[in-house]
Amino acid sequence: MSFPLLTATAAVPAIGAIVTAAVPAARRSAAKWLALLFSLATLVLAVVVGVRFDPGGDRYQLTESHAWIADFGVRYELGVDGIGVALIGLTALLIPFVILAGWHDADPEETGSKRWRPTQGFFALILMVEAMVVLSFEATDVFLFYILFEAMLIPMYFLIGGFGDRAHAGSDEKAAAQRSYAAVKFLLYNLVGGLIMLAAVIGLYVVAGNFSLQEIAAARASGELNMATNTERLLFLGFFFAFAVKAPLWPLHTWLPNAMGEATAPVAVLITAVVDKVGTFAMLRFCLGLFPEASKWATPAILVLALISIVYGALLAVGQRDIKRLIAYASISHFGFIIMGIFAMTSQGQSGATLYMVNHGISTAALMLVAGFLISRRGSRLIADFGGVQKVAPVLAGTFLVGSLATLSLPGLAPFVSEFLVLVGTFARYPVIGIIATFGIVLAALYTLVLYQRTMTGPVKLEVAKMPDLRVRELVVVAPLIALLIFLGVYPKPVTDLVNPAVGHTLSDVQKKDPKPEVEAAK
Amino acid sequence: MENLIALLVAAPLLGAAVLLCGGRRLDRGGHWIGTLLAVVSFAVGVLLFTDMLGKDPEHRAMHQALFSWIPVEGFQADVAFQLDQLSMTFVLLITGVGSLIHVYSIGYMEHDERRRRFFGYLNLFLAAMLLLVIADNYLLLYVGWEGVGLASYLLIGFWQHKPSAATAAKKAFLVNRVGDMGLSIAIMLMFTTFGTFAFGPVLESTSETSEGMLTAIGLMLLLAACGKSAQVPLQSWLGDAMEGPTPVSALIHAATMVTAGVYLITRSGAIFNGAPDAQLAVVIVGAVTLLFGAIVGCAKDDIKKALAGSTMSQIGYMILAAGLGPIGYAFAIMHLVTHGFFKAGLFLGAGSVMHGMNDEVDMRKYGGLRKYMPVTFVTFGLGYLAIIGFPGLSGFWSKDKIIEAAFAYDDGIRGWIFGGVALLGAGITAFYMTRVMIMTFFGEKRWQPDAEGNEPHPHESPRSMTIPMIVLAFGSVFAGGLFSLNESFVKWLEPVTQFEHPHPVISVPAITASTVVVLLLGAALAYVMYGRKEVPVTAPRGSLLTRAARRDLLQDDFNHVVLVRGGEHLTRSLVYVDHTMVDGAVNGTAAGFGGLSGRLRKVQNGFARSYAVSMFGGTAILIAATLLMRAV
Repeated sequence: MSFPLLTATAAVPAIGAIVTAAVPAARRSAAKWLALLFSLATLVLAVVVGVRFDPGGDRYQLTESHAWIADFGVRYELGVDGIGVALIGLTALLIPFVILAGWHDADPEETGSKRWRPTQGFFALILMVEAMVVLSFEATDVFLFYILFEAMLIPMYFLIGGFGDRAHAGSDEKAAAQRSYAAVKFLLYNLVGGLIMLAAVIGLYVVAGNFSLQEIAAARASGELNMATNTERLLFLGFFFAFAVKAPLWPLHTWLPNAMGEATAPVAVLITAVVDKVGTFAMLRFCLGLFPEASKWATPAILVLALISIVYGALLAVGQRDIKRLIAYASISHFGFIIMGIFAMTSQGQSGATLYMVNHGISTAALMLVAGFLISRRGSRLIADFGGVQKVAPVLAGTFLVGSLATLSLPGLAPFVSEFLVLVGTFARYPVIGIIATFGIVLAALYTLVLYQRTMTGPVKLEVAKMPDLRVRELVVVAPLIALLIFLGVYPKPVTDLVNPAVGHTLSDVQKKDPKPEVEAAK
Repeated sequence: MENLIALLVAAPLLGAAVLLCGGRRLDRGGHWIGTLLAVVSFAVGVLLFTDMLGKDPEHRAMHQALFSWIPVEGFQADVAFQLDQLSMTFVLLITGVGSLIHVYSIGYMEHDERRRRFFGYLNLFLAAMLLLVIADNYLLLYVGWEGVGLASYLLIGFWQHKPSAATAAKKAFLVNRVGDMGLSIAIMLMFTTFGTFAFGPVLESTSETSEGMLTAIGLMLLLAACGKSAQVPLQSWLGDAMEGPTPVSALIHAATMVTAGVYLITRSGAIFNGAPDAQLAVVIVGAVTLLFGAIVGCAKDDIKKALAGSTMSQIGYMILAAGLGPIGYAFAIMHLVTHGFFKAGLFLGAGSVMHGMNDEVDMRKYGGLRKYMPVTFVTFGLGYLAIIGFPGLSGFWSKDKIIEAAFAYDDGIRGWIFGGVALLGAGITAFYMTRVMIMTFFGEKRWQPDAEGNEPHPHESPRSMTIPMIVLAFGSVFAGGLFSLNESFVKWLEPVTQFEHPHPVISVPAITASTVVVLLLGAALAYVMYGRKEVPVTAPRGSLLTRAARRDLLQDDFNHVVLVRGGEHLTRSLVYVDHTMVDGAVNGTAAGFGGLSGRLRKVQNGFARSYAVSMFGGTAILIAATLLMRAV
């Protein structure tokens, strides 16, 4: 038997979580270093996965399969395609930065927390989330995926509710109440989505007799397994609903601004850049893979919802007063782009959407983490409490500007490539939707540049006059992310090469071909 | 030799990277690094130019492919360059004027503690602008297109601590983004029509698609051009852009970046040639803007804003010419180059005046400066004669040709209308430029001590500033005549842009004569109004039109009421809707199923964890139930 590489990629952070949690109470900094070490080891394994994966080879590679709950037909079945590899890479890449950025977020002397061993808990929970997210990108058994999809809510819940942002207006009690509200809202929304999905998972089992993604898809393609139209549609909706809550898609998005606003900046990154990607990833893998006909049936409605997300999220971002909530609404707009790209069902749209998941992860991490550094210096999240920061902290302001420019998809930075691919891929099939979505690029410039202007430019506010510039640890977090944004903006080929064949498979699942250019079609 | 093309962009890009990431230790010598790399780029440009001259005119285009940029099934975007006569013209203008302005900035920004960063941004601008003109496909052009937008944003807002500068920078970027939408959509249309957006394949196969499609693409390109080139209706940002340091106004907001729209339309000539309706739209935009800018220019007392109005107006001429098709492309570009010389010279002159006048920009507080700054006076004066089209100087040759071509738009009424507008514009140009000249350099001194009792002591600027002005003055005087010798400029561009001789509705000598008459009338009127009597230090109330023109013909007011206020109401009400209705509706629906909202309230009192546990309990029960079901 060959080395179970995929299992290892998830097991390392899981073991890391246990080890970190077990560090004695007095040795807090050891817990931090251990967590960082395990996250780096995971990154190394993710790189190995990337190297071992052959984009031109089989659809699912590095597969592992073991009986698990035999009575129930549940198997521990893993395998990755190019999309999975890219997202595992993103996750493994971001976690070390999340850990470094949150280095002091759980120090009891800083937070005044009387919790039992808060530091150990904080970093263990982050690693736990990583383990589950990575495994969910690998699972090809529907039930296994479902378990992970639900289970990752538990550590996330504690991360949001237990380690809130210290920068808040009003009393500590009020802040605690808001935090707990946000955590519970997060949990309930996702649980409701999960429960509906569970019903659909059971329904799928009743219809198909097993949980294996590959077997079901093969049986459907060969005609062995026929689903009644209505059954397929219902099952599709059950899955899609859960993913749309997680993604999140309008109008199921309202938990995100609360969660991202109340959580610490690194946890907010964990939510939007990592965990939420499971939702869009699952749309590609499970909705399109298991229910191709229903996916096509639902496409018009989903595209409209995605379009609403794009414009609505951007407009709401313009109206925000809280920096982190603003970034949350911007993310809602960006998730609209991702979902639109997936359901445009063109090569450009889906390659763009996958690339978008990666790029959005990096750019949001850059912007949100710098925002976190900024917020912690001032003790406030309100935009109006800042002004003139660039004069006192030019490096901080400069990195914040680069993060903002990435968020508005400036050509030359990574998000432009994916956003343009999504737009052009959508436009090729649905010109009107593509054109309306293009308005998003103006709105994105509006909310990011207004944010930059209000916080960074103008006369220096008294309260920020003594603000220190970025420290070394903070620079170590931000500089590589910015370098990556530039690199993937200029040379996205390594990622597109990985993703293109996988997208080809997904499109053949739904039996869709790219529309031909007019000139060629005429011939 | 082709392999040198990338160096054009690489040199200034390296400069930007080094200067912006290099930190304080480069503060002392940073401006020399920036200037040197701009000059390197210019030298490479000259080298490529001489190489190009040695070749047969039909085979002068050079290519360099670097790497595959975005390879996705059915979609190919490469980082590849194309240097033909049109691109070459721009390369020389950008790097030449750019190098001069780098030199000028060494003196102009001497006392600014962030000079290193300024040079970093200038280098970034050069790199982006060069990328824009040497890209071999529309998507790569788009990178340069937004890159110059970014550089412009950074430079307009260079003095970020001034709220007006920060606001102006943001406004410029946003208005440009509206134009960028046009470019995006144009590229998407090309992709769905031709399956590619590389210049070669698209421009060679325009005959294979319908006129309707070409018109759509053309109009979207025009929208893009309106944004970048400050044409009506997207012109509102240019006046505010004068918040940036004056060398920026000269390089970016007069000589190079704002002419990118003209480049885009000329480059896409094959598309416009097949879409007469789109061409008409281009001509209308150009004609309207050339009057709009000229009228605004007449009313401004701020010397830079008067020149900004003039820039808008002169680019209007170029856009108009580009809309005329093969009879106009070459003249549009020729005017673009001569304008690059004299407008950059005028702005540098304005900067020199401000330098000597404690940064005062109000021309009503100037007067009689010719005695104090003779070099500035002479170079500015030559630029002035060039822009109004004084016979023999650069502007005369290029603008006269555009007026001729406009009269040749077609045989009937259109020729008369657009020819007439172009002619009228020449008269207004003479009026407002004479006004600037008189108010600044003639008459009695009108400046007074400021509140702290400091009186400006006007003086000539240092050598590093006057030398670039002198060089540009030479261009303002001679470039036009040189280009017109044997129609050398037209012949140079012909392989790229095509050329047809215009046949105006009235004879060419008559047009030339009336142009001269109109400009003399304009100048004479300005002399009567501003030269014969003392200019009041505070502006008189003025007619309704003057007051409107001072406010940029009320476009900002319109934008404010409709877009800004309207937008604020929209976002505010949406925030409310999201908070109460969407959130409420989803919670309410869920409540119908599981009493969610009631629980949410309870949860805030501390039941959160127990609830979570119970939910997972529920999940477990469900799983058990299914297992049971299967057993049954």
